[in-house]
Amino acid sequence: MPEAALLPTNRDEAWRYSDIGALQDTAPDTFEAWEDVRVAEGETWSDLIVLDGGADKDGGLEMRRLRIVLEKNARAELAALVAGGQLGRLEVVVTLAEGAHFELGGITLGGGDTTREIVTRMAHEKPGATSNQTVRSVHWGKGTGNFLGRIDVVRDAQKTDAAQSFKGLLLEKGASVNSVPQLEIYADDVQCAHGASVGQLDESARFYMAARGLPPETIRRLLVQAFIGDATRELADEATREALLEKALTKLDERGA
Amino acid sequence: MLQIDNLHAEIASENGGGKKILDGLTLTVNAGEVHAIMGPNGAGKSTLAYVLGGRPGYEVTEGSVIFRGQDLLAMDPHERAAAGLFLGFQYPVEIPGVSNIQFLREALNAQRRARGEEAMTGGDFLKLAKEKAGLLKLDMEMLKRNVNVGFSGGEKKRAEMVQMGILDPAFAVLDETDSGLDIDALRVVGDGINAIMRNPEKGVLLITHYQRLLDVVQPDRVSILSKGRIVKTGGPELATDLEREGYDAVMADA
Ligand SMILES: Nc1ncnc2c1ncn2[C@@H]1O[C@H](COP(=O)(O)OP(=O)(O)OP(=O)(O)O)[C@@H](O)[C@H]1O
Ligand SMILES: [Mg+2]
Repeated sequence: MPEAALLPTNRDEAWRYSDIGALQDTAPDTFEAWEDVRVAEGETWSDLIVLDGGADKDGGLEMRRLRIVLEKNARAELAALVAGGQLGRLEVVVTLAEGAHFELGGITLGGGDTTREIVTRMAHEKPGATSNQTVRSVHWGKGTGNFLGRIDVVRDAQKTDAAQSFKGLLLEKGASVNSVPQLEIYADDVQCAHGASVGQLDESARFYMAARGLPPETIRRLLVQAFIGDATRELADEATREALLEKALTKLDERGA
Repeated sequence: MLQIDNLHAEIASENGGGKKILDGLTLTVNAGEVHAIMGPNGAGKSTLAYVLGGRPGYEVTEGSVIFRGQDLLAMDPHERAAAGLFLGFQYPVEIPGVSNIQFLREALNAQRRARGEEAMTGGDFLKLAKEKAGLLKLDMEMLKRNVNVGFSGGEKKRAEMVQMGILDPAFAVLDETDSGLDIDALRVVGDGINAIMRNPEKGVLLITHYQRLLDVVQPDRVSILSKGRIVKTGGPELATDLEREGYDAVMADA
């Protein structure tokens, strides 16, 4: 079989807005590999994932793929920054047992002609589990940010509460963001709040701040910081919250691509 | 201190053209003066304030503004602030995610750096903020909250004056700072304006609809702005005439 057949294409739902061109030098078995995490009953797990083009990651694909299984009443909290690679991609599949909770605070950043994306699937397989995903994307140049969040709620996963919030901030004309919530819900007593919006820096706020003496760069920094702050707010661990914000702000200060 | 000469300005509209608002406005405010501007709704008072502040979308097509000997219109909005201009907004803007303390400290230090002065330390800044909040009887806790988010109309106006106190400008353009204030708050804000701005080296352009504020902040001059220009200027008695007789009668003998 030719190798190309094994690479994902834009026809795959989870790769719909991705930069397939960036996969050319990637071995196809890359897409078979997953990092597995299992959180035992009542336990808590948390992690900070940063894809920021460190080391030899210039160009091409920078990807992490996690499969997280949450046992009864387990809690997992993931803070993520996707800000590296021609295509930077974080993929997370979470399976939730009864009373489990998954929290995601995600940020994508990028300019140039990069694509940075977060792709998740919440498999609510038992009743009473909750998941909450907050993703904020800031892009400039011809950068693209994507959040694809799929939620599967099986028939007897009643009292599931699966929330998603996505907001994109475009700093320049030419940048774009895409977000598609994909809901497959087979139980009737569930809540799946989801919201998505995209905008630019608020003109009135910018003038108000300038009228107080703040130069344009500082205004931009303060407003962007406030915007991505949303993604950290629900994370329980303060150190993680600060680390995520710090990494993102450093990346924004560089603003290379 | 501020010389506005034959100012023409338009507001850019979405379909490309411009809507003429200021139509040959001429006005001078000397150091040490409070100059009140009154005028009917839609006359162009807020537009004048925005043009002085340099708001994008407000284009000056003719005329000049000299501020403390400098060409005001050649400066960017933040440079105008550093040069000593303060704009009190008719509708202060909410900024979610940015605290008053952070906002004002960055603003003050940006202004100081632009003037070649030392930045203020965190401790000194908090002392200053506490003092000015006290002057305006605004709870210090409010300053820890995000800029204007969830503030009542009156609280926003009071917070504007706390900002003015902290930034200590040479000249303030105050656009209906009295609207939305209850009677006691009006007195507090009026006293605050006097405390911060009554100074032989400073000036105020005080846009208002009501005599009540002018009873507290007594103006040296009063002008009527109508249809984009100053149609009458006089002493404090002009405001009382207006309150008694209304615009039509007073402007009829202009
Ligand atoms: N963004 C805008 N686009 C088009 N027209 C505008 C815009 N903003 C203001 N105007 C118009 O400009 C004119 C002057 O408005 P301005 O806000 O300066 O009046 P004002 O004197 O401050 O009135 P008020 O006493 O009600 O505050 C009004 O006719 C108003 O409708
Ligand atoms: Mg107005």
